[in-house]
Amino acid sequence: MKKTDVLQGTLALMVLKTLDVLGPLHGYGIARRIEQISGDLLAVNQGTLYPVLLKLEQEGAVASEWGASENNRRARFYRLTREGRKQLQVETEDWEKTAAIIGRFFEAKAEDLI
Amino acid sequence: MRWLRRFVRRAVNLATGRVDDERLREEIEEHIALDTEANLRAGMTPVEARRRAILKFGGVGTVREDYRAERGLPWIENLAQDVRFSVRVLRKSPGFTIAAVLTLALAIGANSVVFGVLNALILKPLNVPHAESLYTIERGGYKDQATSYPDYLDLRDRNRTFEALTAYILIPVGMDTGKNPSQAWGYEVAGNYFDAMGVQPFLGRFFNAGDEHGPNSAPYLVLSWSYWHSHFQEDRGVVGRVVQVNKHPFTILGVAPPAFNGTLLFFFPDFWAPMVQEEQLQGRSVLNDRGRRTIYMVLGHLKPGVTQAQAIADLDSVGAYLEKTYPKDDGWMTYSLARPSLAGDLLGPGVRGFMTGMMLLAGLILVAACANLGSLFSARAADRSREVALRLALGSTRRRILRALFTEAVLVSLCGGAVGLAGSVALLRQLSVWHPVPQFPIYVPVYADAKVYLVALLLALASGFLFGAVPVRQILRTNPYEVVKAGSAGIIAGHGGRRLVLRDVLLVAQIAISAVLVTSSLVAVRGLARSMHASFGFDPRNAVVVDTDLSMAGYSGDRATAMQKRMIGAMETIPGVKSVGFTSLVPLSGGGSTEDVFSEQTTELKPSKAAANVAVFSVSPEYFSAAGTTVLIGRNFSWHDDSGAPPVAVVNAIFARKVFGSVSNAVGRYYKRDDGTRVQVAGVVEDGKYYQMTEDPRAAEFLPFLQRPTQLTALVVRSDRDLLQLATEMRSKLSGLDSGLPFNLQTWSDGLGLALFPSRVATVSLGVLGMMGAMLTITGIFGMAAYSVSKRLRELGIRMALGAQRREVLRVALGRAVKLLAIGSAAGLVLGILASRVLAFIVYQATPRDPLVLAGVVVAMALLGVVAAWIPAQRALSIDPLRLLREE
Repeated sequence: MKKTDVLQGTLALMVLKTLDVLGPLHGYGIARRIEQISGDLLAVNQGTLYPVLLKLEQEGAVASEWGASENNRRARFYRLTREGRKQLQVETEDWEKTAAIIGRFFEAKAEDLI
Repeated sequence: MRWLRRFVRRAVNLATGRVDDERLREEIEEHIALDTEANLRAGMTPVEARRRAILKFGGVGTVREDYRAERGLPWIENLAQDVRFSVRVLRKSPGFTIAAVLTLALAIGANSVVFGVLNALILKPLNVPHAESLYTIERGGYKDQATSYPDYLDLRDRNRTFEALTAYILIPVGMDTGKNPSQAWGYEVAGNYFDAMGVQPFLGRFFNAGDEHGPNSAPYLVLSWSYWHSHFQEDRGVVGRVVQVNKHPFTILGVAPPAFNGTLLFFFPDFWAPMVQEEQLQGRSVLNDRGRRTIYMVLGHLKPGVTQAQAIADLDSVGAYLEKTYPKDDGWMTYSLARPSLAGDLLGPGVRGFMTGMMLLAGLILVAACANLGSLFSARAADRSREVALRLALGSTRRRILRALFTEAVLVSLCGGAVGLAGSVALLRQLSVWHPVPQFPIYVPVYADAKVYLVALLLALASGFLFGAVPVRQILRTNPYEVVKAGSAGIIAGHGGRRLVLRDVLLVAQIAISAVLVTSSLVAVRGLARSMHASFGFDPRNAVVVDTDLSMAGYSGDRATAMQKRMIGAMETIPGVKSVGFTSLVPLSGGGSTEDVFSEQTTELKPSKAAANVAVFSVSPEYFSAAGTTVLIGRNFSWHDDSGAPPVAVVNAIFARKVFGSVSNAVGRYYKRDDGTRVQVAGVVEDGKYYQMTEDPRAAEFLPFLQRPTQLTALVVRSDRDLLQLATEMRSKLSGLDSGLPFNLQTWSDGLGLALFPSRVATVSLGVLGMMGAMLTITGIFGMAAYSVSKRLRELGIRMALGAQRREVLRVALGRAVKLLAIGSAAGLVLGILASRVLAFIVYQATPRDPLVLAGVVVAMALLGVVAAWIPAQRALSIDPLRLLREE
């Protein structure tokens, strides 16, 4: 339970960042991009992306509409909303802060801690 | 806010039942198609490419489930499923469901009614701004609220801890608005009253301190909204109109807002008038008399940040100043604070005690109802053990089954709560418009507010979980293998003993609680019956009382005395009238005045030197015979005891003993009244009740009205005739004397309504609770007996086939129920007797050590048992062993 929560949270942030960088994308495109960058996070179970996308949409962070994919078939395109951009900014800062703290902690040597 | 938006979307999806699987399906298809193409480009065979794509996508089933869970609210969907299932189960046994819902409806209804009253009278403050800092001041050890006007002025001007101190008196007046004159009740208030309360007018304006310039300088009225509504049809042009109050012109200044009904919770005034008009409003003014404590209540808001202790210290210092400056009038000037809404310590502690007691009893009802339902649910669970075993065997978890059971219990309790709440809201509404004592504007303003609804909901939920928890152990202990193997008969034999013990305990508890309630209500009813036949010191039967204040028609001084003589004369001419007398105030009619009396030797007439504080009445010569008061020794008054004759008094036996040592000693002796008059005792009469039914015996003096004139006139007319006819004739005679004099005419027994009101309320409420207790006993015993008969039909059939007699069958079928009833009743009776000590504070003459009450409880419980066991017994006796055995 806990693990999926963490995964979902991370995944959501990655989705937001992907849409921010690349603009509107369909589900497969997002999955592909995340796979390229994060390695094995989405190498399997790419389907888990869709509940996350729905959650983000219900929260108002992304919006979706039907469009045509590369091979001219119907595909659902997701794009970042203003709300989503704000959320991304906030969460990015949070992440960076956390990462910085954890990083400092791991770099600390025994004599620093005394 | 994100979670909120998400929640709303999910709730909307849930509510609209939108099934959007198509979109996901299409997205999945497209995803896999795109991935397949990518794989093809990477050089895989088409089959391999598609297989890889599908593998990479992962479990479609899981994704779809997550997707659905994300879209809707899964826990609500599960709950809805449980509720639907429970409704189906409950509908299959309508008898059980209806009985359970009704039991709870009664119990929760009783609780919300009692809580509604408690909430309105005790928890809710008065409807004025900053009511939390509003206090009334009480003086001395008797917590006396009465204050004289000069003392009030000193307190108002010399204290430093109150924002503003104001004062009021409750008065009846004759109000002539142009149509027929009628009696109206109002507050005679200090000029700063409305400003001190912080209330704004609904219409026109309020009078204020600036309107007062000495006696009779402010002939103004402010009407209450309801009086304006009922007597002026909400005519907005009423402001500025002049009406006659006691035949004096008063100008209507404004109308108070509908929600402001004065500063007593239950006494709704028709109007407010400035205290400086006292002479016109009451026919006499004691505004300059420091010794006459006629102000009903002094009250005000504490300044912000001032504690009660600081305020008391401040008032005490003013009191010390008063004591030193006016030793003749002021003694024991220490103060305490109390809440004004229930007249401070006059009613507050009594009402609080009573309501707490009632809440406790109502809580007991709910506990009994829960015990009842708990045993019913436990019996049901036993009957359903096969179903439970089957579900367990098919892979259901115990948690899921328990959840279903609790859903059922809570569903029943919520239905019961809803029905009970609806009933109690209706009842509270009735109570609010109830006008219990016709001659006073007394109301019980109890409306159900959000707090009442919340309490009912919480009680319903709590009781649902309480009785739903009874069968939990049973379910947890169910061993599906055993149950399925043994069949239904085996379950009873196998686990029955233990389960029945729990149910028995519950039943005994329930019966005991019911017996407590039955005992309490019988004690209360007996107390009331006895108080109706107690010695009041007068005989209310065969007497009609006409209550009026001659100042309402403008009589004062000699004219009043002459009018009183004419009234007595007119009454005496009515045929069949045995005796006619009048008193300034009928005992037990609510109100009265007291004064200090001194022994003859006392020279310093200070309150601290008083020989007694006595109730004082002005009466006419024939009063004692008209009232049926026995003169123990000495003589009655005569028409010669007038202002020219030496002052005399008739005192009661307690007075005689307190001041002179004994009754026989008193006649011919002298004592001093607080104005220094030396009074000779002419006679001694029996003791009586004067102010309250439950008061301790108190001293009283009766003075001849020709020596102590009064405008308050309560004629007592005694006759053996039919009182209704007599009343009609009296009415016409009185109108013949002065058609402009408002009066109140009723039989003396009816007139005791106010005095008996508290015990009546107590008796009715306890009676209702007692009935509910009785009903719970019936349902409890009925449930238990019916269940045991139905479980043992086969055994009983065999016994009958083997030749058992009716008596033996009954003994086997119902023996247990009877035993439990006996144990429960005995326990309840003992508890009830203990609890009844509490009742003695509320119900006059309530004593549980009363053979009639004890016998009554035993008979009542036995009768209840017979009634409840009747149908199961009939069923047991009507068993046809042949048919029964054939069926198996």
